[in-house]
Amino acid sequence: MDLQGFGHLLLSGTWVTIQLALTSLLVGLVFGLTGAAAKLSKNRFARWLATGYTTLVRGLPELLLVLTIYFGGSQLLMWIASGFGYDEYIEIGPFVAGVAALSIAFGAYATEVFRMAMMEIPDGQWESGMACGMSTRRTFFRIILPQVWRLAIPGLGNLFQVLLKDTALVSVVGLNDIMRQSQVAISATKEPFTFFLVAACIYLLLTAATTGFTMFMERVANPAARESRG
Amino acid sequence: MTWEWGVIWQYLPRLMDGAWLTMELVLVSGLIGITMAIPLSLMRASSLPWVKVFPFIYIYFFRGTPLLVQIFLVYYGASQFDAVRDSILWPILKQPYWCAIIAFSLNTAAYSAELFRSAIQAIPVGEIEAAEAMGMSKSVQVQRIILPRAFGIALPAYGNEVILMLKGSALASTITLLDLTGMARTIIARTYTPLEMFLAAGMVYLAISAVIIGLFRFMEYRFNRYQYYHHTDTPKNLDPLLRDPHIDQK
Repeated sequence: MDLQGFGHLLLSGTWVTIQLALTSLLVGLVFGLTGAAAKLSKNRFARWLATGYTTLVRGLPELLLVLTIYFGGSQLLMWIASGFGYDEYIEIGPFVAGVAALSIAFGAYATEVFRMAMMEIPDGQWESGMACGMSTRRTFFRIILPQVWRLAIPGLGNLFQVLLKDTALVSVVGLNDIMRQSQVAISATKEPFTFFLVAACIYLLLTAATTGFTMFMERVANPAARESRG
Repeated sequence: MTWEWGVIWQYLPRLMDGAWLTMELVLVSGLIGITMAIPLSLMRASSLPWVKVFPFIYIYFFRGTPLLVQIFLVYYGASQFDAVRDSILWPILKQPYWCAIIAFSLNTAAYSAELFRSAIQAIPVGEIEAAEAMGMSKSVQVQRIILPRAFGIALPAYGNEVILMLKGSALASTITLLDLTGMARTIIARTYTPLEMFLAAGMVYLAISAVIIGLFRFMEYRFNRYQYYHHTDTPKNLDPLLRDPHIDQK
């Protein structure tokens, strides 16, 4: 396949896509863990807030989220900032808008994955942590969270695949990712099919790599299965 | 920040026009998608390697690439080839509406084929064996036992797929279609009220997905009725001759 010298452009786009996906993954995991903790907490307001978040975000198209945050986000931020007496113009770039939108969407689904994983862990684990004299927070970080990972990683792997594919949407608001760079190449070469097919193949490679990485992480997070013989 | 409710009410009828197009896209491509998914899933569940390989590659490609790439491949990509431009299909392929339908159908067919495949493989082996024992041929088995059972098993997961399709249909706005998102963007270009309009569009999306969820709950109740069956105890004063010892034991 002849890329007519646009190969490096697509590679730079791939790097932007990877950066966007990984940043959104990190922020989204924080949202997901917070959401799950809120859903399982005793505080009724926190539960109500988390349920509202997941119901709302899971019913909205990701493209709509990206567009809302990119076009409306600066207006909203300026309004909040003016409450603190800051009246300068605030601009949200496509990368930040993309990270915000994708991590909010990822977090809503991850909340459910984490919640299911946390509910799988028997109460006895909490109780034995308490019997050893650990505080609730310490029990959570030392005992519960490492096991939650093991249970959550297959679900999170699927969600990351979805996130990776949704990064393409941020090209609509002008981020120089794979999609955008292939459109640049197309406007010069007039070969849309070739370049979109190359873009599709890059995404296929990325999702295949993610599948491999998820399987590796499943092994890492599950020492019991790894070390067992037979 | 000024918040203008008036703009929402003023443009609500136009947003609803967009909502109709969104629902039309989901319905039409959903129907085409299911029609394609059934043979694909049957081939995918086959035990012959050379039958499995085509649906495997098809499903792998469409599930591994973004929907946006698929839409652009159909809408922009088709025009690269003179053979397509000169063919009788060109009047269809140059319209964004049909391109969106084609891309959505191909995409949802891949996802639903995978759902149906896992449903087909989840049918208890005994039911297939029973059908065989009854002397049903393979094609009769597929029609009478496998497909109806797989449909019931896949129904809840298929409901989720329809919601995902509804969310994916927002991408139609990137190829100039005036669906719900596209309509909101057009209105925003004129009024410059992004937050108000996107909020209104988002609420309409939520309402549509609520309707879809309700519809699938109802369908699941109808098709999987055996799961909701409650056994009522036989009355104590029933004539002993009418008693069935098997039911009484339970």
